[in-house]
Amino acid sequence: MFRRIEEDRRKPVEIIVEGQSITAREGDSVAAALLASGLEVRRATAVSGEPRLPYCMMGVCFDCLVTIDGMGNRQGCLVPVRDGMRIEIQKGKREIGR
Amino acid sequence: MRNEYDVAVVGGGLLGSAIAWGLGRIGQRVCVLDEGDIAKRASRANFALVWVQSKGLGMPAYTGWTVKASNSWAKLAEELKQQTGLDVCFQRNGGFHLALSESELEQRAETIKRLHNQSGGTDYQLEILDHGQVAKMLPHIGPEVAGGSFCPLDGHVNSLRLFRALHTGLARFGIDYRPEHAVTKIGYENGAFRLATPKGEIMAGKIVLAAGNTNQVLAPMVGLDAPMGPTRGQIIVTERTVPFLPHPLTTLRQTDEGTVMIGDSKEEMLDDSATNMPISSVMADRAQRMFPMLGRLNVVRMWSGIRVMPKDGFPIYDQSETCPGAFVACCHSGVTLAAAHAYEIAPMIAAGTLDRKKVGAFTAKRFHQPAQEKLNVQTH
Ligand SMILES: Cc1cc2nc3c(=O)[nH]c(=O)nc-3n(C[C@H](O)[C@H](O)[C@H](O)COP(=O)(O)OP(=O)(O)OC[C@H]3O[C@@H](n4cnc5c(N)ncnc54)[C@H](O)[C@@H]3O)c2cc1C
Ligand code: FES
Repeated sequence: MFRRIEEDRRKPVEIIVEGQSITAREGDSVAAALLASGLEVRRATAVSGEPRLPYCMMGVCFDCLVTIDGMGNRQGCLVPVRDGMRIEIQKGKREIGR
Repeated sequence: MRNEYDVAVVGGGLLGSAIAWGLGRIGQRVCVLDEGDIAKRASRANFALVWVQSKGLGMPAYTGWTVKASNSWAKLAEELKQQTGLDVCFQRNGGFHLALSESELEQRAETIKRLHNQSGGTDYQLEILDHGQVAKMLPHIGPEVAGGSFCPLDGHVNSLRLFRALHTGLARFGIDYRPEHAVTKIGYENGAFRLATPKGEIMAGKIVLAAGNTNQVLAPMVGLDAPMGPTRGQIIVTERTVPFLPHPLTTLRQTDEGTVMIGDSKEEMLDDSATNMPISSVMADRAQRMFPMLGRLNVVRMWSGIRVMPKDGFPIYDQSETCPGAFVACCHSGVTLAAAHAYEIAPMIAAGTLDRKKVGAFTAKRFHQPAQEKLNVQTH
């Protein structure tokens, strides 16, 4: 659904999404990188389990919640990607202690 | 809408709603008059425990009354679900009070012993457990937990949904709920009551004062007395997390939807428009020492609420001698006692007189007798 623009010359950044290596760009937010990856990255909401994708991309809707480097419920749209970052798509509520 | 009723309930919080619901259930024509959204309302701010352990030190009758309410809570939850389709998520899975040091545990055991030794109290099967025993039931406790007390009768509900279910139920019973009807004056003439409100006058054969701390002002208008000493409590709420806490605690519980609520502070302060940060940090710190994993959760909300607190901490149920048909009801622990208010107090009001055998101990006359023991007001 999303395609990167051709003129984008930013440096590549390797992140790992559900164990799979993905090339993002320097300056991408985690949410943007996930959307651009073309993978199935829908999370499941905490109470009803509805599928959701990042929506506002500016920190207000909380629809981008994701587990980053073992920490649950992070807002993917507010966290820039970093080389080697491990991302898990969060299904349901955050696990306690993660 | 009519303006004449069998019973006018003044106050649409948990007490007024539970009593009105109980009256509607037995076919009374009822209206509920409420002040409106500017009021301070414990019913929208509480911690949602249906709590038995440690209730009644200084007044054995309160222990029995609490156990009775807790015993009929499942019936209330079931009837509300049948009537409204709303599940208030009542769980009576037993509750803990945890101690963070040996001396806290000893203090707890001492309180429990005093309660048990009180004559006339009802036994509620409380046990003191050490760290290992607690860990079997609450696997995530931290090393600082010395132990705690466990009572199988304790439980909790979704208290905002309870409030909504009661109000939905009131409408189903055909009860008129009138917000923005703060009662300012009450007249009594020829066996009937006239209630003055900014939106006109209401007439009723009986009245129930269930206006929380405002009962203190209203009660003397009909020859009743309700001395109050409200306190402020604070609650912290975290984001939702997968279920990890199989039993509620006096100070911590996980809701049916996964959020963790941390509560139980007490201040002599009556402004509920702000929270006190040093108090919140003590609450959060203790919670985290009980369950270290909580430290990673984000806090999403915090609020403070004013408790409806009779001067000695025990409920007040009374009837007027000078204006027969006027009743007053107020208490802390209105969630816990909701079932007693619906199934016990409401029928007494419909019958026109409080049953002294059941609730005689709760008369406000006790405030005019010499105190036998200095009482320690408890929040749970
Ligand atoms: C922080 C906190 C935690 C708590 N935790 C628990 C718990 O875990 N378990 C438990 O059982 N209980 C708990 N409680 C106590 C419980 O919430 C209260 O006992 C209960 O809500 C009291 O209900 P109420 O209807 O008497 O009072 P309120 O909710 O204060 O309602 C009084 C109502 O009267 C109305 N009113 C006021 N003046 C007038 C007037 N002149 N005319 C008409 N209407 C008027 C107001 O609008 C209001 O709606 C807690 C309370 C607090 C604050
Ligand atoms: S996409 Fe809305 S908060 Fe992240």
